[in-house]
Amino acid sequence: MKLNTFLFLVFSTLVILISCKKLLPDAAPESELLDGPIDGLTTDETARFLKGDIAFKEVFTSSKGLGSTFVASSCISCHAGDGKGHPSTTLTRFGQPDEFGNLFLDQGGPQLQHRALPGFAPEQIPAGATFSKFTPPANTGLGFLDYVTDATIMAMADPNDQDGDGISGVPNWIAVPDYVTLRPNAISQNGKHISRFGKKAAAYDLLHQTVNAYNQDMGITSTFNPIDVYTHQEIDPEVSNQSVQDLVFYLRTLKAPIPRNQDDPEVLQGKAIFNQLNCAGCHKPTLTTGYSPISALSNKEFHPFTDLLLHDMGAGLNDGYTEGSAKTAEWRTPPLWGLGLSALSQGGSFFLMHDGRAHSIEEAILLHGGEAATSRGLYQNLNESNRSSLIAYLMSL
Amino acid sequence: MSLVKKNVESLMLNVEWRASFNIKNSTLKISILLFSILGFSPLTIAQVDSSLFVRIPKDTTKPMLNMDAVYNRPFLTVGKTPVAVGGYLEANWQYLMTDGVTEGHQFQVRRMTLFVSSAISRRIKFLSEIEFEEGGKEISLEFASLDVEFYPLINFRGGIIMNPIGAFNQNHDGPKWEFVDRPISATQMLPATWSNSGFGIYGKNYKGNWMIGYEAYLSGSFDNSIIDNEENKTFLPAAKSNPERFEEINSGLPLVTGKMAIRNRKIGELGLSYMGGVYNKFQEDGLQLDKKRRVDVLAADFNTTVPKLNTTVIAEWAWVFVDVPSTYTQQFGNQQHGGFIDVIQPVLTRTIFGWKNATLNLACRFEYTDWNVGHFNETGGNISEDVWSIVPAISFRPTPQTVFRFNYRYLSQQDILGNPPSLTGGFQVGFATYF
Repeated sequence: MKLNTFLFLVFSTLVILISCKKLLPDAAPESELLDGPIDGLTTDETARFLKGDIAFKEVFTSSKGLGSTFVASSCISCHAGDGKGHPSTTLTRFGQPDEFGNLFLDQGGPQLQHRALPGFAPEQIPAGATFSKFTPPANTGLGFLDYVTDATIMAMADPNDQDGDGISGVPNWIAVPDYVTLRPNAISQNGKHISRFGKKAAAYDLLHQTVNAYNQDMGITSTFNPIDVYTHQEIDPEVSNQSVQDLVFYLRTLKAPIPRNQDDPEVLQGKAIFNQLNCAGCHKPTLTTGYSPISALSNKEFHPFTDLLLHDMGAGLNDGYTEGSAKTAEWRTPPLWGLGLSALSQGGSFFLMHDGRAHSIEEAILLHGGEAATSRGLYQNLNESNRSSLIAYLMSL
Repeated sequence: MSLVKKNVESLMLNVEWRASFNIKNSTLKISILLFSILGFSPLTIAQVDSSLFVRIPKDTTKPMLNMDAVYNRPFLTVGKTPVAVGGYLEANWQYLMTDGVTEGHQFQVRRMTLFVSSAISRRIKFLSEIEFEEGGKEISLEFASLDVEFYPLINFRGGIIMNPIGAFNQNHDGPKWEFVDRPISATQMLPATWSNSGFGIYGKNYKGNWMIGYEAYLSGSFDNSIIDNEENKTFLPAAKSNPERFEEINSGLPLVTGKMAIRNRKIGELGLSYMGGVYNKFQEDGLQLDKKRRVDVLAADFNTTVPKLNTTVIAEWAWVFVDVPSTYTQQFGNQQHGGFIDVIQPVLTRTIFGWKNATLNLACRFEYTDWNVGHFNETGGNISEDVWSIVPAISFRPTPQTVFRFNYRYLSQQDILGNPPSLTGGFQVGFATYF
């Protein structure tokens, strides 16, 4: 090989290597991602977050305890990128027609395990049981919601609508399981406590939610809940306490969605309309956490657009099924943060409301009834431009 | 020359072997294994006097099909002993980034493979292949089989056989390829180096420019893990990690594998292959556990070298059909398909750094795999979960047995819902060589 050929090859290689940077795919903008940690974690908290991330992605097989009946084989199957889920992973709950308890606990209630390992039969909804379908929610910012104090939630409640705005939020009071540690200054009523997670706000905290998901979604028993969903008998734990706690820590320290285009005039216009329509009556823009042992979550102001309370949403959203003390038409105000990113985890489409029945934000607004009927009516009276501005604002959250 | 040729015929044996070991103390056991192979072989003598080595070149006197790949390897033997050894090593550096996140610089020894062959007697041969992957993390006996020739069109093969599905599974030696990574469809959709205990027949014939070959085997099969695994998708290679598979067929029913290949010297080689059987444990102790569930795989492969341009094109496409219960999760699809096409263009063949006929190639691989073909029951929307990749490459072959490779990989992978794809890009530099 001649020297000049050799030099040409060396030079070409150098050019390629220098241009490497452009050939390596960058991350999507941080504001479009939901699966990062909150800012300010210590190094040991970051390490624990990563361990929880592994637990979140763990795929269960029959040899690891999956099923025998189940809904999904991993957490990430239902929460792609920690965002909202898809109708293919929607779960079904059945058997509780009022606030006085589930009538079908001995027939597999409250959750339907509609998938089964080969050779096993999946569950069916028993005759006569009412049911509702729940699309998996986004996981982001859950730690902030977990550390809101009971007093803060109660301060937003208005069960008798004393302010006369037509909105009367109430908490869901539930009997907490033994393994749950009550929050400092937890408020109780007849031995029941305020719960806040889930479509009906029937999970007290993230440990309660996580243990239920392992058990009811994947058929995985733990020391916290050792009852097998298929045999209804107590069996050995199929996931370690460490994994459960790591996963809880992960969910607790997932960042809140980052708002986008906040200076856009149309977005600003939409924000004004949001307040004008009193959407903020339920979708409270700003909350504050109480004390948290994770300093990045302690006494922080954040913007979830929820009051964590139950509201009557009218007959159109009444499936005849409920949980805890909630009535069948009552639903917990879903946080609106990250709403504009929903399609990025739902396969490019929107599947909104509790069961994914709304395929656009506008459709979701129009499905609001009950306590939100006034706001919906005001929305319907908006001109096209103002409607568009409101949607732009909601998309920016 | 005739002695060499005789050795070629007797020692290019069509037997490989493979069996998985689950070895915890792998370093110690690798050492013991290597000492066992080398200590009792004539190589011990050769270490004293290297002039006793005889390098048996690849047999280029006969037209070849992919099914001949196990013969078509360089071996070393000592004197007139009937045993020959060979092997290859693949190693590389890589720096990949996925969506802005990288694991940094990685140096990898993908695999080292040892072949040992012997001519037991006239028309009875044995060949074996042991593979050490990822520095000994996984040791597999990939091939260990006895070949008996009754007639050129009727040969018996038994032992641990390589199921001839597609071309890559038959012809997978690293030094034959210009790319650091093996094709996705041929390693993750179809299991790469998929071998089982079994037996069957094969043969070939040629006339003029035409050659035809066939293979047909009954062997061990897949198991429930192909739809019950931590990949969270239908994944045929999951069955490779079952340590019992060389002793026991999960379903009790054999896997049928067959391939027909036809080659024209001027056009190229076309292969059509099929593999199928019941994969699940449908009964145990005489009690019915489930219905019989089948896995069926079809593959088509083609390779040619364009005259004058000397451009080589290698392509393979496969379809997988699995009976997945309708009540099981949709994560595990009942259909998959995918394939790859490699285009290799020699751009310089001359003496380079003193190597005569050294070759510099430009090459590119295009590949695609759809892990889950179908539509969601709930929405009717398309189930995505696919991957495509493009890999431009420069390769340098100082000799046909050794290749240095410089690859750039760009890969796009979409989840089951069709969310924005995860993008991977990066560089790989490595080599593969027979020894």
